Amino acid sequence: MSAITQDDRERLLRAINNQRRPTVTVLSSLLAVQDELGYIPEEALEEVAALNDTTINEVWGVASFYTNFRFTPPGKHNVEICWGPTCHLKGASHILQRVMDELGLEDEGETEDDSISFKFNTCLGACSVAPVMSVNHRLVGRITPESAVERVRRVQDLDAAH
Amino acid sequence: MPTYERIRQAADERWQNLNDSSEPWIRVGTAMCGHSAGAYDVIDALKAELDTRGASARIDEVGCLGICYAEPLVDVLRPGSHSRLFFGNVTPEDVGAIVESYILNGSVPDGKALGYLGDEIDGVADLNDLPGIGLQNRIALRNAGHTAPDDIYQYIANGGYEGIHKALTQMEPDEVIKEMTDSGLRGRGGAAFPTGIKWSFMVGSPGPTKYMLCNCEEGDPGAYNDKGILESDPHTLLEGLMIGGYATRATNGIVFIRHGHDGPIDRTEAAIEQAYEVGILGKNIFGTDFSFDIEVALTGESYVAGEETALMEAIEGKRSQPRFRPPFPAAFGVWGYPSTINNVKTYSYAPEIISRGAEWFSGIGVNRSTGTAIVCLNGNVKYPGLYEVPMGLTLGEVINDIGGGTPDGKALKLLQTGGPLGGVLGPDSMSIHIDFDEMRDAGAILGSGGIIVGDEDVCAVDLTRVLVAFCQFESCGKCFPCRLGMEHLLEITERIARCESRPGDLELMRSVGTTMEASSLCGHGQLGFGPIRSALTHFEDDFIAHIEGGRCPTGSCLGPHIAPKNTRPFAHDFVPPGAQNG
Repeated sequence: MSAITQDDRERLLRAINNQRRPTVTVLSSLLAVQDELGYIPEEALEEVAALNDTTINEVWGVASFYTNFRFTPPGKHNVEICWGPTCHLKGASHILQRVMDELGLEDEGETEDDSISFKFNTCLGACSVAPVMSVNHRLVGRITPESAVERVRRVQDLDAAH
Repeated sequence: MPTYERIRQAADERWQNLNDSSEPWIRVGTAMCGHSAGAYDVIDALKAELDTRGASARIDEVGCLGICYAEPLVDVLRPGSHSRLFFGNVTPEDVGAIVESYILNGSVPDGKALGYLGDEIDGVADLNDLPGIGLQNRIALRNAGHTAPDDIYQYIANGGYEGIHKALTQMEPDEVIKEMTDSGLRGRGGAAFPTGIKWSFMVGSPGPTKYMLCNCEEGDPGAYNDKGILESDPHTLLEGLMIGGYATRATNGIVFIRHGHDGPIDRTEAAIEQAYEVGILGKNIFGTDFSFDIEVALTGESYVAGEETALMEAIEGKRSQPRFRPPFPAAFGVWGYPSTINNVKTYSYAPEIISRGAEWFSGIGVNRSTGTAIVCLNGNVKYPGLYEVPMGLTLGEVINDIGGGTPDGKALKLLQTGGPLGGVLGPDSMSIHIDFDEMRDAGAILGSGGIIVGDEDVCAVDLTRVLVAFCQFESCGKCFPCRLGMEHLLEITERIARCESRPGDLELMRSVGTTMEASSLCGHGQLGFGPIRSALTHFEDDFIAHIEGGRCPTGSCLGPHIAPKNTRPFAHDFVPPGAQNG
């Protein structure tokens, strides 16, 4: 794991020192880092431990417990597809398979070019319009394998155009 | 400190102005259902279209009317009209015609008008004639889809904060608790414990600092009613928390929401901010000696964080793993202070119960299940949605009359109720009433209110596999019956689904499952066998077909099976220097 840039270190410190919610804890600090940088760099564990007057081990215990934390920088775009029971009944596993094939992935993770971080989501909260995916935090419901692949291509194409 | 009357007057004027404005008032549903269906694209298109025509309109984002199947919904009140016209399943391509013919010229375009509310509009149906609207009885969701969640005055103009005002000025705290108890309201988070009695536990706990906690972890796949309330009408929750705070002599409220659910988080935080600005939260509310603060706390992704003691651990910033009880939260809760935890839905009934009285509320519903159930109807139904219906309706009435039954002429095969730890029922369950006790006796639970419908193409083994995978993925790992038991159950279920079962697998599952029920620390492990047990009760044939026949009766187990696996505590190759894994 490589050290973060000076710029990222400053962003990290700003994020944990200026949390807008009144109650500051190890968890709230880690969430603030993840929101700011998209992941939890090693340095953050030390800084969060110092801020909350606790040990790195305690912070790691919390960080490794919650499934939304990641410890490497994410890809440029974020794509999540729900695998919960409603989406499953509506064909989510076929959609997941098609999108993973399209991205050249066999599991959650980053595409080879780091353009996309792909994640399974246990429930995006819009089961009434299942199956549901999320592209850079915009929810898209009533998807099919074709429309899901098209959404993913669209963000990739936008990048290519820039 | 402004008086309630002064705030109410300002709100009424504002509401009057909105309704009598010379500008069209357009409301677009942007709760998670509308959002996912493309409401933001529709709003962009509306703004662009109005701009092109040099027309202006007020556009409010509102919550969910319940008929999610018709999202995106666009609701238009034209100047001078006393009637709201609703357009359903609107796409950006439809917007041109809606603006041109209706918003600007008052003529209803063909096809997209779903119904009206208010004065009759020729050639359009009354929206109340839709079963998804007419059969609802909305109490907690009374404002959803009608008022803008980011505008406290719209809430107040519709009777908002009247309940807490009445409690503070006309009732003693104990009278509030009595009213809640008399209403028969039972906790909507799953356990169905009488709310008034729960509140009374904290009254005698030593103060001054005491917490009212609101649980919106809502990680249940298939449930979105808590998030739906926060997105549609966050003030009703805040008012309910305040009423609970007054009744139990609490000083602080915390709304606990899962990180990543941006809509509910943003709208709740905006509502809290407005309540402080207006003077409804903070010190000496409405000039009384009652002071109350509310904040939002976020959890990371962890389903078990919804368990009440795990929730307190997460608020304290630790791993969300359940505590041993006793001590109970009313004596020793978050940071050791006395705490009471309720679900979003439970609190959201309190304002109306206090305003309208226990007798009114207990007159709705059936037996020991008073009031309404907020049902998330999903899966293979024609009209999925978020329906608040009186307790006592049958499952058949909800699924067929409101949900329109299964689509494409297929037969209904199964129901999954109460979230992933709930039960699986067969088609003979249609006469079961929505009633906490009757559903529990039937081997299902009302739980979080999720009902997932599966048609004849669904294999019970396949659905069970997904439910078990979820419960395994979300096991927090603190107690071994759940941690190891869910792993075993998942292995066996997957084996059966692949038609590779071994002799004695069903007995092994029952043995593991009953051990988990008897010895797990919290509901996650205690109920983790529930889906399998109920699936075996109602769909043993599906299991036998895999085990003895070597085939999946519908073929759905043959498709790709993709689910994340819980590998805690060794999930990460990377361990930072100075830290130890595990």
